[in-house]
Amino acid sequence: MDIKEIIQPENLVHKRTPLMTDATLSYCPGCGHGTAHHLVMEVIEEMGIQQDTIGIAPVGCSVLAYDFMDIDMSQAAHGRAPAVATGIKRLWPEKYVFTYQGDGDLAAIGTAETIHACNRGENIVIIFINNGIYGMTGGQMAPTTLEGMKSSTTPYGRDAKQMGHPLKITELVAQLPGTYYVTRQAVHKAGNVRKTRKAIMKAFEVQRDKKGLAFVEIVSNCNSGWKMTPNESNEWMEEHMFPFYPLGDIKVEGKIVKDLLKELM
Amino acid sequence: MGEIQLMKGNEAVAEAAIRAGLDAYFGYPITPQSEVLEYLTLQRPEERTGMVVLQAESEIAAINMVYGAAGTGKKVMTSSSSPGISLKMEGISYIAGAELPCLIVNVVRGGPGLGTIQPSQADYFQATKGGGHGDYRLLVLAPASVQEMADFVDKGMELAFKYRNPVMILSDGLIGQMMEKVELPQQKERVTEFDPSWATTGKTPDRERNIITSLNLDPEKQYEHNMKLQEKYARMKEDVMYETFDCDDAEFLLVAYGSSARICQKAVNVARSRGKKLGLLRPITLFPFPTEIIAKLSRQVKGILSAELNAGQMVEDVRLAVNGRIPVYHYGTPGGKIYSPDDILKAIDEKLMGGY
Repeated sequence: MDIKEIIQPENLVHKRTPLMTDATLSYCPGCGHGTAHHLVMEVIEEMGIQQDTIGIAPVGCSVLAYDFMDIDMSQAAHGRAPAVATGIKRLWPEKYVFTYQGDGDLAAIGTAETIHACNRGENIVIIFINNGIYGMTGGQMAPTTLEGMKSSTTPYGRDAKQMGHPLKITELVAQLPGTYYVTRQAVHKAGNVRKTRKAIMKAFEVQRDKKGLAFVEIVSNCNSGWKMTPNESNEWMEEHMFPFYPLGDIKVEGKIVKDLLKELM
Repeated sequence: MGEIQLMKGNEAVAEAAIRAGLDAYFGYPITPQSEVLEYLTLQRPEERTGMVVLQAESEIAAINMVYGAAGTGKKVMTSSSSPGISLKMEGISYIAGAELPCLIVNVVRGGPGLGTIQPSQADYFQATKGGGHGDYRLLVLAPASVQEMADFVDKGMELAFKYRNPVMILSDGLIGQMMEKVELPQQKERVTEFDPSWATTGKTPDRERNIITSLNLDPEKQYEHNMKLQEKYARMKEDVMYETFDCDDAEFLLVAYGSSARICQKAVNVARSRGKKLGLLRPITLFPFPTEIIAKLSRQVKGILSAELNAGQMVEDVRLAVNGRIPVYHYGTPGGKIYSPDDILKAIDEKLMGGY
């Protein structure tokens, strides 16, 4: 079979979205950020809302997200993305606004901004990448670091008595009346990628329909910070992260669909 | 004549913000400026002009809402008082770094720390020398009346867009809380179609994407960006504003801004009635500072007293302008205590006019 016969439109299974720029991704090989970026851009492309979308880049590994996403973007101070998004959305209520944040950004320094944007029901989308670590600054303990998990500031493992417990911020925001759709997904396997894409699409549809805040957590690996190979880190994530941060929808159409008390224990 | 009302300075700022056609205000309560947010919410600006008013969860959130909203190219403001402005400083540095226009009102109170709720001018350094991290400046306007609180909103917004830079109205608890007659500006249309080429309005196929950021990891690029900012701050000189009282034949000069200038103006009147040739220079822009006129007057007068409601801050800029030509003294009461015209006259006798 000739190559020209194969590359017919009807044979197309996957196409790189033109909403990703040609810039080389600055992420470590094996990191989930690149996939998450692609999914957000694919959804924006599919919904045809590039000219109506404004994204917020955080502080952390994805601080340069605006180099890779071909949309208007605003970079935010550490943790302040939900406040920046609020300012933009209040002035552009008809446009789509989303933040893209890591766990240190969203669940430590920006906890107040996160909780209050969710509680006000700001009509925005929050994409939350949870890899249990501060990646950019070199693998320090994050609010989401698991008990016993080693990081550069918990070299002997996180001791909850001294350093506090890992924070399930997603279960927490699900309880606020302003959130309409809250879900937790992953992007390390093809099946998960498809589910995450659907979740992101749903989140933007919630914004389109002006239902409130849509919160999509993506549990991801940080092979560099965890000091593992990409494959090892994905296995470790399934074995350790997923039991504590179980995947699936938490709140759908404004109603909690999981036994949160059980989840939180 | 426009509409005349008796108003507090804080209320005048709020009313002027609606009338100047501002698109949004984001704030957080703190004494002595809470009337700004209270007045705005009472006035239903969303019905009067479509202006957005939102009480944020903190000063930090408020300034970051301003950052996001200013990035859309619209007219945005916030207000606070000293401890709250300290909290906003991170965001103000980002706004200056990203070159966004916005208006910040500081109704200054005594410090340091929680300090007091009484009026003070102790935030002069913070306002005029940057305040947050990095080499940046705000354009600083210092109102001395409720009328100027109202007038400087539109003026400040105009300057903010002229330079794409944050502008601060540096007021204090005295100007913010006192009531005076104020002639309100005419209602301007809120220009919703305003769409600058640099703003986050949504990327269309005919242009590159717009990015609001203060990040340049390449030191060469960050250097170039910094030099561009410095060139802009130097250019602000063309908007220096000041006012002189009885300076033509003055032998001694007071330099004072804001509420201190009100007190000093009375002191000048009393001194003149006693035959003493005292003049007053009132800087209206604190950055850019009216260096040239002070240098010029230093060739005419025998000495200068910088009167400030602080422990001596603006006096440093006055001394730089005078460059050692004549003696420059400071008189001030830090910590929220206000001096009287008599205190000023006494200080002049003791420090400037010994034996005059």
